[in-house]
Amino acid sequence: MAETLPASLLSLAGVHTHIDRYHILQGVDLAVPRGGLTMLLGRNGAGKTTALRTILGLWRASAGTIHFDGNDIAKRETPAIADLGIAYVPESMGIFAGLTVQENLVLAARRGPPDEARLEWIFRFFPPMKKFWHLAAGNLSGGQKQMLSISRAIVEPRKLVLVDEPTKGLAPAIIQNLIDAFAELKKTETTILMVEQNFHAARSLGDTVAVMDAGRIVHAGRMADLAGDEALQTRLLGLSLEAHQ
Amino acid sequence: MSAIAQRRVDWVPPALMLAIALAALLLVGNPSTWVTLTIAGLAMGLLIFIMASGLTLVFGLMDVMNFAHGLFIAVGAYVAASTVRLFAGAAGEDSFLANLGAVIPAMLAAAAAAGLLGLFFERVIIRPVYGQHLKQILITTGGMIVAEQLIHVFWGPDLVPLPRPATLRSAFFVGDMAIEKYRLVAVAVGLALFAGMLILLNRTKVGLLIRAGVENKEMVEAMGYRIRRLFIWVFVAGSALAGLGGALWGLYQESVTVNIGASMMVLIFIVIIIGGLGSIGGCFTGALLVGLMANYVGYLAPKVALGCNILLMVLVLLWRPQGLYPVSRQ
Repeated sequence: MAETLPASLLSLAGVHTHIDRYHILQGVDLAVPRGGLTMLLGRNGAGKTTALRTILGLWRASAGTIHFDGNDIAKRETPAIADLGIAYVPESMGIFAGLTVQENLVLAARRGPPDEARLEWIFRFFPPMKKFWHLAAGNLSGGQKQMLSISRAIVEPRKLVLVDEPTKGLAPAIIQNLIDAFAELKKTETTILMVEQNFHAARSLGDTVAVMDAGRIVHAGRMADLAGDEALQTRLLGLSLEAHQ
Repeated sequence: MSAIAQRRVDWVPPALMLAIALAALLLVGNPSTWVTLTIAGLAMGLLIFIMASGLTLVFGLMDVMNFAHGLFIAVGAYVAASTVRLFAGAAGEDSFLANLGAVIPAMLAAAAAAGLLGLFFERVIIRPVYGQHLKQILITTGGMIVAEQLIHVFWGPDLVPLPRPATLRSAFFVGDMAIEKYRLVAVAVGLALFAGMLILLNRTKVGLLIRAGVENKEMVEAMGYRIRRLFIWVFVAGSALAGLGGALWGLYQESVTVNIGASMMVLIFIVIIIGGLGSIGGCFTGALLVGLMANYVGYLAPKVALGCNILLMVLVLLWRPQGLYPVSRQ
């Protein structure tokens, strides 16, 4: 690596997570630089989703430390962690189907009514949110639900957004729309930690990358380095990312 | 949040209610009797709605199986009986407004006492067993048995009279139709509470949180909301509503026994299952259906009144397994 990585906003050290009798995270060491987008890659079952959920306290770390913006958050409750400025876009999208688009966003805005200028900024890259403002979210298409889930996460400025496989199951046109939106979000001060299986999206958006295998981080560095090294991709991920597009 | 949400209103359940009412008109034959039965059914349905609405939210939001809900109804009824006795002067007068001076404090005291008991129940009995349904059933049933014995200590084992104030005992006569005044009061209180709940749930942030929490508690927490705090207040509000319902039901029966709540639980469970767990609109529709069925069938074939409501539940679940207005959950 030619350049040094910026200071970490989030760091995990020796984090273990058990779910019932399963030992999922087995000593995760991860540093997420402040600003930009860090991609978390790995085979299915490597522990990527568990890592995101453990950071947010949805699953409790059984050992290790998690520091976010100078705070030790490993033992805190989920709402207290979210209050520090972390938003979450789960793999299931987690939208409230019985609430309208507007109500979903009102609920996500913790500081008061959503800021009009911020909403207009969101509508610029997610126009359906404006069009279906008063529609129950359960009636949106899959892509629109994902747009809503992301809009909710960024309806207010956040320090960190955790995003779990945002392009999963979506049409290519929608995926490009999401890539453009995250590229726009990267221009703000928000840091993004994203789990992604779509290499086109991962390569387009990722500044740094961490690769997980069997509950541990087995590689960390710049995305450009991994994208340019087919042998490394095959060794870490079991396939060439180019071939995986 | 001034704009009205574009939600498709499902008119099939209200249409079903109308169909049942029209079928009853044909079977009863006499329009005057049918009007009397219909108003009695609506009043009974709205009283059941008041008692059941808290339980459906507790089920839906907190995933708690509270088999002691009938206890809050009973406590409300007993506290109302004591309060009406305390305001015996106002209750005995021949003025409607003076009578309200006894009934309203009784309703408020019943709601407050049941709400406080609910707070104690949530903190001490429910809290240790969140997420454990079997333990919830056992511990809430046990808590109810203990509390029933405490009721015996405070109010004695005998039936406690709860006479309706003078002006609420009589009936209006329109032609040969008899309409009990108290039933109209019950309808007015039930409709006012339903409207209040709709406003709370649809027009306030607390309401949004409750609706969102019923769907996906984890995501609400991930947004930074402390849903456990919301659980407490929903449980307290649900208990207070049960207490209020108990006061109104006790006045309807004009007497109170320790089983006044437990005896309603079968109908309350039928209502919240028919309506869809966690759905206030479903609870309202289900309660009206059950109230109407109980009165129509009670008149036409008294022996099968309860059985017909169980049959109604079975048919509704065969048609819509998640209830009339299912709430999506993740």
